[in-house]
Amino acid sequence: MNTSIILLLLLVLAAFSYFFGRKRALAVSEGNRGANKLHSLPGYYGHLVVVWCLLPSLVALMLWSFFSPTLISQNVVSSLPAEIQSADETTINLFMNRVESMAKAGSIDATAEPAQQAAARRYMDLQANSSIMKAVLVFALAGFGIFWALRKIAPKFRARNQVEKVIVGLMMLCASIAIVTTLGIVLSVLFESMRFFQAIPITEFLFGTHWSPQTAIRSDQVGGSGSFGMIPLFAGTLLISVIALAIAVPVGLMSAIYLSEYASKRVRAWVKPGLEVLAGIPTVVYGFFAALTVAPFIRNIGEAIGLTVASESALAAGLVMGVMIIPFMSSLSDDVINAVPQAMRDGSYGMGATRSETIKQVILPAALPGIVGAFLLAASRAIGETMIVVMAAGLSANLTANPLEAVTTVTVQIVTLLTGDQEFDSPKTLAAFALGLTLFVLTLILNIVALRIVRKYREQYD
Amino acid sequence: MSNKTELVRAGLAKRYAREKRFRFYGLASIVLSLSFLAILLTTIFMQGFPAFTQTYMKLEVNLSADALGVDAAAPQEKLRAASYETVVMNALNARFPGVTERKQKIALKKLVSSSAAYDLQKQVMENPKLIGTQQTLWVMADDDIDTYMKGNIDRNQPEADRRIKDFQLAWIDDLEAKNEIERRFNVPFFTSGDSREPEQAGILSALMGSFYTMLVTMTLAFPIGVAAAIYLEEFAPKNNSLVDFIEVNINNLAAVPSIVFGLLGLAVFIQFFGVPRSTPLVGGLVLTLITLPTIIIASRAALKSVPPSIRQAAYGMGASRVQTVFHHTLPLAMPGILTGTIIGMAHALGETAPLLMIGMVAFIVDVPHGITDPAAILPVQIYLWSDSPERAFTEKTSAAILVLLFFLVMMNLLAVLLRKRFERRW
Amino acid sequence: MNTVALTNNTMTLPTPKDASAASSKDQPLDIQTIVEELKLATQPVGVPFLDDPKFYTRDVDVFYNQAKQAIFGVDLDIGKHEVIAMIGPSGCGKSTFLRCLNRMNDTIDGCKVTGQLLLDGEDIYAKEQDPVLLRARVGMVFQKPNPFPKSIYDNVAYGPRIHGLTSNRSELDDIVEESLKKAGLFNEVKDRLQSPGTGLSGGQQQRLCIARAIAVSPEVILMDEPTSALDPIATATIEELIDELRQSFTICIVTHSMQQAARISQRTAYFHLGYLVEVNKTNTVFTNPQHRLTENYITGRFG
Repeated sequence: MNTSIILLLLLVLAAFSYFFGRKRALAVSEGNRGANKLHSLPGYYGHLVVVWCLLPSLVALMLWSFFSPTLISQNVVSSLPAEIQSADETTINLFMNRVESMAKAGSIDATAEPAQQAAARRYMDLQANSSIMKAVLVFALAGFGIFWALRKIAPKFRARNQVEKVIVGLMMLCASIAIVTTLGIVLSVLFESMRFFQAIPITEFLFGTHWSPQTAIRSDQVGGSGSFGMIPLFAGTLLISVIALAIAVPVGLMSAIYLSEYASKRVRAWVKPGLEVLAGIPTVVYGFFAALTVAPFIRNIGEAIGLTVASESALAAGLVMGVMIIPFMSSLSDDVINAVPQAMRDGSYGMGATRSETIKQVILPAALPGIVGAFLLAASRAIGETMIVVMAAGLSANLTANPLEAVTTVTVQIVTLLTGDQEFDSPKTLAAFALGLTLFVLTLILNIVALRIVRKYREQYD
Repeated sequence: MSNKTELVRAGLAKRYAREKRFRFYGLASIVLSLSFLAILLTTIFMQGFPAFTQTYMKLEVNLSADALGVDAAAPQEKLRAASYETVVMNALNARFPGVTERKQKIALKKLVSSSAAYDLQKQVMENPKLIGTQQTLWVMADDDIDTYMKGNIDRNQPEADRRIKDFQLAWIDDLEAKNEIERRFNVPFFTSGDSREPEQAGILSALMGSFYTMLVTMTLAFPIGVAAAIYLEEFAPKNNSLVDFIEVNINNLAAVPSIVFGLLGLAVFIQFFGVPRSTPLVGGLVLTLITLPTIIIASRAALKSVPPSIRQAAYGMGASRVQTVFHHTLPLAMPGILTGTIIGMAHALGETAPLLMIGMVAFIVDVPHGITDPAAILPVQIYLWSDSPERAFTEKTSAAILVLLFFLVMMNLLAVLLRKRFERRW
Repeated sequence: MNTVALTNNTMTLPTPKDASAASSKDQPLDIQTIVEELKLATQPVGVPFLDDPKFYTRDVDVFYNQAKQAIFGVDLDIGKHEVIAMIGPSGCGKSTFLRCLNRMNDTIDGCKVTGQLLLDGEDIYAKEQDPVLLRARVGMVFQKPNPFPKSIYDNVAYGPRIHGLTSNRSELDDIVEESLKKAGLFNEVKDRLQSPGTGLSGGQQQRLCIARAIAVSPEVILMDEPTSALDPIATATIEELIDELRQSFTICIVTHSMQQAARISQRTAYFHLGYLVEVNKTNTVFTNPQHRLTENYITGRFG
């Protein structure tokens, strides 16, 4: 009995439980009037029975479905002949892959090794048993839950409170998914990075200046040793981000200033959404534009004035990324500039200052913390950007400060390492997780600092 | 006193000049930003618009039983395996007799797309009675021919630099003169999946993939996000350190680069939980995690904007907290919540990097039919096509971008309409 | 340049028809009737006009967004080196009128000012007139102290700096010290001139704002309810200050407190619903008001 059918049957059961619960509530209270009046509306009693029917059974179903494949696999592995069990992880994995695919297909492939066939048979048996047991457990829990809940129904019983407690509990669970996600990110990335650092020392990773992630497939392969020094990647990220911010910060800030201090309401009503459109365009589109239009354009101009420009220059990628980040800078700055109290502006105008003097000498210093916060958030966005650089920046790690050359970034390498044909465990793919960890930590720090600054600034003026 | 006035007056010109310059910089910044946008959109539009047409060629096909190797009574299997390519080649040879040189013969074959043979196959399998008849077909031209017809190959260039040689030009001119070649609306772009042949490549599989992925994302992210927002805004104890921690987490997750979520998806969903790679299911799960913070933050803002007086009124009538929220607060906050959700979904539609991580980078031809079929999504399709050098793929990539932008514009318009129509000013 | 010399002109309002019967104190306060009366008055009661005034204003109207009119035909002269208080109930237009005097209303969208406003005989709303220059001559102190997010020194030095009054650091130091002394703040802050202005107490901040206004050597200082946000002790300090400042500047002060007006001003102007009703020597206004509205206000029949 597979999971979907179980779920369907549970739903039907739940519908019945509602019906019966409600009926019982009315019966127990003699039609919900008089001395035996129910505490809550009859519907709540019905819902209570539904809760007791579904909650334990669904939890059991979920846990069983998640963990049974692993347990079954482990059991089958432990039943394998000794020489296979003692082989290395890769061989065992290959072996089990074959076994599992046979079991999934449901038919034993006669061309497989006898050991595999036996293992597959065992796997299928275990699976069948597990399925039956799962169904039995789930429905037993459901039935018991219904019985238990029906027994509890009495006029004085506060069904509504119970049901509401469950609802709030479920909502709290949803809220805690945020924590679970962060935990998941940290743990998964950390875990895989740890495995990486077992193969490659962390000092080489953090301080090495050569990035060439090739690992040998055979031990005698030439050119197989890789270097995993992260510095050129970081330099590339930094170079492109600096170019991007060099465009986004002045343009974004001046746009925000103009919109909030100079523009008429009508202009503001049209231009502000226009800038937001820049933020809504998917980055893959920016990447395409950068690779196919901007990079050749820059190359042609460069060659026309006698410079050598790579076809995937950092300048092209940085330029387009800068355009993408403009709305971040402008809309956040716009918010903080508007938050500066009018009294301060009045004070300055009252002294006979021109508008630009007021902006430059009173408003911007007052809004500075917020603007710095916006800058940090924009920087964090630039560092974490992937598609634009994947499509427009290069692949070879080049430690340079020349924007006309091709560089690669942390995010490009993560993509390259994981979209290649590597199995999951090699140091090459694990390097991607190590890079992901560094990226996560860096952007986390930037974000925390930025959010703290912006929050402190808001308190100042609220 | 008047001395001071003189001093002030003396400095005025310079100050006003500075004022003018400053104001100009502001205006210039806005103009610059908007021009970037205009250039981007115009370029893509001009590149992509031609892809919505495709060159078709008229072909007189003789479906002789000999050439095909089957007759009308043969079973479907035999019909499937008949030599349709031969028939097409015969038709081409009949149209342009006297082609002997090897290079030219290859070029003749490549006048039409390989889809011509497939089209024939489909027609014959549906109606075997066609065998033995002469049929006039309009078949898709090869991508080089299509590129030329759209004006992207310059016939005045020296022949050695061109993809279309002079003898091919002669054929095309002849076809044009006899009205046997024309450009039509490119329906296969919307009805076929990806292909190695540029002229046959379509976005259907990517569109369906995106659809299923969005379906999963919406079904998961919306209820969980709204439930979380309700809890945090209405039920969570204030000044509780756990709740503060949850809020800090949500704000941070909103700013984490999306590629990190891809890593999470790879390590946890695929490796640990064994969710099949490259499916809308796992793609939807990853996108849910990415979109959740946006939905939560927007929903909280919407809930916060409902005035306390409404809640007070409900409590005053004896409603419980849960009842107040679900009967009063939530319905009133719904427009804002929906607006935020739609914007979050629009953002998720364009996400690419995390989905590359979970394997959606494979070459998927078949149209997915469920959330556990391997699929590609539209942004990934764009990414994959942008790597191909053929001119026709550049065109298709731009066209796919236009389709993607179209959906995004629709979604954003919907959000704006919702906001305008239903938003209340308290 | 038109210098108009007017003599004291005491004109009384046409009295309502049945005024002779009932005493003015017992008349019901019907807004409709009041507005009709005020419209008919051709000028305020009392002593609105002076010889050789600092400010000469005639027939000043202020409109918001073309629909709402806030000030109706105000005629008022403000004399040199006098402290004139403007009083009246909330929303009567006294702050709006004050803000016309240094063209602060320019910063409000949709605000239109008509009529004649002359400073030393020059029309301040003329096209050639520069508001920047005007505000260097007519300073303003606001209701809520609004020091800039800068040091105390930089707050006071702001005006001289932007107007280019001096390029010399030591001269600037002198100006700052002088202004702070005149504002009565120097002794309290002389050791911490570089500390932020926002770190001072409310009363100190307001004195800082006054020092800031003084630093550009204006001719007139406009004060819009300067002590309403301050405690009584700080208020008293500032009131003393105003009396001293009178030696060097003309001061127009809008105040909600009649007692304050009585304490510090030489002349008092009473506004009502956007009309200037009565202007007279402060003593006269508070002991022998000539218009019944004034009398009702100061006796507290309405606020």
